[in-house]
Amino acid sequence: MRDTQRLMGFVSRGFRGKRRDTASSSRVPPGQYVVTDFPVLSAGPTPRVEVDQWTFSIEGEIDEPRRWTWKEFQALPTETVTKDIHCVTKWSKLDTSWKGVSVDTLMEGVETAAEFTTIYSDGGYTTNVPLDDITGNKAWVVYEFDGQPLQPEHGGPVRFLVPHLYFWKSAKWVRGIRLEKDEHPGFWESNGYNMYGDPWREQRYWGD
Amino acid sequence: MARAAVLGRLTWQFGTLAEIVRETPRVSSLFFDVPEWPGHLAGQHVDVRLTADDGYRAERSYSIASAPQDKRLALTVERLDDGEVSPYLVGELRAGDRLELRGPIGGYFVWRGDEDRPLLLIGGGSGIVPLMSMLRHRGRIGSKTPARLLFSSRTLADVIYREELEHLGAAGDGLRVVHTLTREKPAGWTGYTRRIDEAMLREVAWPNKDSPAVFVCGPTPFVEAAASLLVAMGHDARSIKTERFGATGG
Repeated sequence: MRDTQRLMGFVSRGFRGKRRDTASSSRVPPGQYVVTDFPVLSAGPTPRVEVDQWTFSIEGEIDEPRRWTWKEFQALPTETVTKDIHCVTKWSKLDTSWKGVSVDTLMEGVETAAEFTTIYSDGGYTTNVPLDDITGNKAWVVYEFDGQPLQPEHGGPVRFLVPHLYFWKSAKWVRGIRLEKDEHPGFWESNGYNMYGDPWREQRYWGD
Repeated sequence: MARAAVLGRLTWQFGTLAEIVRETPRVSSLFFDVPEWPGHLAGQHVDVRLTADDGYRAERSYSIASAPQDKRLALTVERLDDGEVSPYLVGELRAGDRLELRGPIGGYFVWRGDEDRPLLLIGGGSGIVPLMSMLRHRGRIGSKTPARLLFSSRTLADVIYREELEHLGAAGDGLRVVHTLTREKPAGWTGYTRRIDEAMLREVAWPNKDSPAVFVCGPTPFVEAAASLLVAMGHDARSIKTERFGATGG
């Protein structure tokens, strides 16, 4: 608040900027710019995950935890979705195409008292997302990007996809969903990043 | 896990550019006076925001190059020819100009200097910047923590902070600086002249039995290669912290 007034009307002398084309500008949240490549951001080395060792679980506030092997997961009904993605480091990528399983399919028939979830991954990464933000056709567990198997550096063999939130919520190398009554900050959320992460409200960091 | 130093809201504030130092033909360091700077940890970054006269805005993140103890906040920026923000920072911005920034950001890729584990820093190109903040911090606090820097640059002329690194490496306080050049072998050069590989890491890196704290920063393929090699050599993946940046952006 101390800065809002003072900064209003500030112009960076001599800055014009590269203008976005008008067709896509309404699809780009504040502070973001569009890229055509696919940057990689991870906090550590890229895990190499063998699919015969891979499972996906739903656990926590659920009477009978669910678990799929790679083969079982591949047999689930798939969806192919085209989404814009927005990374907190400022890049956005439009019209990315993913194939995988809707969280609605995985959660079908589950009764839970949980309101929050922790998405967890190989390598110890976690991120917290409200349950309402991963159900209702809003999130997928995906294993193809652009018609090809998902590469390890982009989270392969399987990553989470919750494209209406900043992309750190779309955990790479995902292994499961923990249903929780309370909200527990995940990896980046414990390290200065926003608990919710709505790109359209520019919720990048704590307090945004 | 490291906790962030940042508490509460990160507000936008003004930095006033005090000095520009050209590091290489493409890279300059910008030194800002930031009266309300809350302090930072070595390895953190800031967000920078530019506003055009019609209200159009662009934001980017830049690693902090200065040590927490330094009077001025330093950013070292590589000018990307097709970039939007970096050509403004390195080219247009002049001493006395104000810049909107907020930070510090990031509580994971940080080195506080309060642990005994040896420090292994591996940088590619402008990926040296947050590592330099760590080395400057190490120097300012008089740390004797054994440290090694393996720094990959394209050519000798592209080596960022060359003189300062030479100085730091000659201080006799346990820091060893090792360079590799990937596109040039200058006359009389005694360093490496190839991309980082396992043989090089075996010669330079602390063995995994010494449990080094490892920080790797650079372009994505560089970080993927270095971090994967270290894991294959038996280093604990949890001890390897990485920061990657793509070819786009800036």
